[in-house]
Amino acid sequence: MSDNTRILVKGNDALAMGAIKAGCKHYFGYPITPQNEVPEFMSRELPKIGGEFVQAESELAAINMVLGASAVGIRSMTSSSSPGISLMQEGLSYMAGQELPGVVINVVRCGPGLGGIAASQGDYFQAVKGGGHGDYHLIVLAPSSVQEMYDHTMLAFELSDKYRNPAMVLADAVLGQMQEPIVEREQAPEPPPKMWALDGADGRPARHLKSLLLKEGELEAHNMLLQEKYREIEKHEVRFDEYRIEDAELVVAAFGTAARIAKTAVGQARKEGMKVGLFRPVTVYPYPKKRLAGISERVKDFLVVEMNTGQMLEDVKLNVAGDAQVSFYGRPGGGIPTPNEVLKRIRKYYPGQAESNVQSPLWQTQGRQSPKLENKRGT
Amino acid sequence: MKKVFARPESINDEIMHYCAGCTHGIAHRLVAEALDHYGITGKTVGVAPVGCAVLMYDYFECDILEAPHGRPPAVATGIKRSRPDMIVFSYQGDGDLASIGLAEIVHAANRGENITVIFVNNTVYGMTGGQMAPTTLLGQQTTTSPYGRNLNTDGYPIRMAEMLATLEGTSYVTRVALDKPANVLRARKAVFKAFDMQLKNMGFSFVEMLSTCPTNWGMSPTEAITRLQEELIPYFPLGVFKEKEVV
Ligand SMILES: Cc1ncc(C[n+]2csc(CCOP(=O)(O)OP(=O)(O)O)c2C)c(N)n1
Ligand code: SF4
Ligand SMILES: [Mg+2]
Repeated sequence: MSDNTRILVKGNDALAMGAIKAGCKHYFGYPITPQNEVPEFMSRELPKIGGEFVQAESELAAINMVLGASAVGIRSMTSSSSPGISLMQEGLSYMAGQELPGVVINVVRCGPGLGGIAASQGDYFQAVKGGGHGDYHLIVLAPSSVQEMYDHTMLAFELSDKYRNPAMVLADAVLGQMQEPIVEREQAPEPPPKMWALDGADGRPARHLKSLLLKEGELEAHNMLLQEKYREIEKHEVRFDEYRIEDAELVVAAFGTAARIAKTAVGQARKEGMKVGLFRPVTVYPYPKKRLAGISERVKDFLVVEMNTGQMLEDVKLNVAGDAQVSFYGRPGGGIPTPNEVLKRIRKYYPGQAESNVQSPLWQTQGRQSPKLENKRGT
Repeated sequence: MKKVFARPESINDEIMHYCAGCTHGIAHRLVAEALDHYGITGKTVGVAPVGCAVLMYDYFECDILEAPHGRPPAVATGIKRSRPDMIVFSYQGDGDLASIGLAEIVHAANRGENITVIFVNNTVYGMTGGQMAPTTLLGQQTTTSPYGRNLNTDGYPIRMAEMLATLEGTSYVTRVALDKPANVLRARKAVFKAFDMQLKNMGFSFVEMLSTCPTNWGMSPTEAITRLQEELIPYFPLGVFKEKEVV
């Protein structure tokens, strides 16, 4: 297939195709909706290229298989959805501690608990703040199109190897299930040799990869080194996307699927003469803190839109200037904000255009319990 | 003078942290002897458990990888599937293998992963201070079974070798004891055989070693050996439970 031919691909298949283009021939995973196309694709394609597909007994096992493959220097990955990703947190913490690369895809569904299989962004905190025990970060990419599902998977392998750190593609059920035309990429170059890999102690002293550091001060020093690495990542790997920010008076901030919806709303608002822009973090760790702070020197109104009850909202609030106002619109549990719902929230900033009957969602007023909810629950 | 006994080359001269009379040291030595014998130290990765042997990377001359508690068989699977040319073994205690890591060991065995598993069964959680393990004998007092293991509340001790031998994926499953020279020699042969199976691509090989933990049994090293012989062996019989014919 020539590089500029567009092909119609389902989001989950794009993840798998991107992984193979990145040189990943080893996949370990356990079935869970809405990402089953990924293991199915891998089980079909990897044997054809001399790779290995293992259907693990659980997500616990799957992430530890990735850990093992990574430790011997082989690019490998796993994919799952929210409940399975929760099981992987133990392995991810070990991999972060041992400084092992490896790619994990989370096609997020809604929770908590078994929740449901509809799209959600409820795993944002878990993905960007660490997720397992200890002080660590994953590198987290948030695609918002099928092309980005493909590209971000490739990028995740590159960054993961570069920084010896696990990387996550934080997708969702909408992105996983939708079809869009994409352009295939060139095969990624072979990663440079991994001088730390456990590839056999022939002709060299034995190597160990471990996170247990018991000597006085050793673990603190190791943690400080990890933090230095995260600062490097924050310095060099921030990625974001902007739409009509230049003259915006109001900036909508959203990632992933929510950003697509917000973009439609912003486009409509512009048609109606409202000066609105969209800020979309592409890396949610490292978070585009500086750029957001920069925008907020001029723009004082922000509206965060998410498919949860306000998670990235905290990062926006933390990073905008002190005099900026941040409001929120979100829907959890499989609810997906419509462009119209977002537009209504945008119109509120333009009193002339506001509809009198726009109701604020329960969770829009941060920190205050809705009297409606209180009544329902009784005492 | 002729040298008749020496440290295997696959183990270094670090002083081991194991307690006096602990059989982990013997188990290490047997693995190192097998690596020496087959000349595979330079292409072997050992997967360490969480347990008293977590520090085994301090002693072996082959590459060693740390795994989360109970996950060594999954980690070893990841290694072997991506580098089938390498030799992979996991080394695990009874808490690691028979409790928290039960799913991982059963499925690695059932898939017939071409790896070798060394299982050190000392009937307690050594590292965490002697709590009850899935292999703790009925009536045995531990820090979490202070009145003795009670079958009504704690169930029965698990016989891992017998259980794994029922799985088609296993090529070699045996239980040995590290109590006296004759048995240690048998254990040595078993470890050699287990690695030989892997070298011949025969699939999953498993050596359970009945071991002592004098510290947490509250015994002297000799008393511990006596307990191993009088209490452990009758419940955990020695022998080969599975041996596939090499094809
Ligand atoms: C997830 C998790 N749970 C619990 C522990 C605590 N822990 C460390 S070692 C161990 C048991 C070790 O016992 P065993 O596997 O029998 O090894 P031994 O020390 O007896 O050789 C436990 C429960 C841990 N490290 N990680
Ligand atoms: S606590 Fe038990 S198993 Fe651990 S080193 Fe001491 S004797 Fe050996
Ligand atoms: Mg034990």
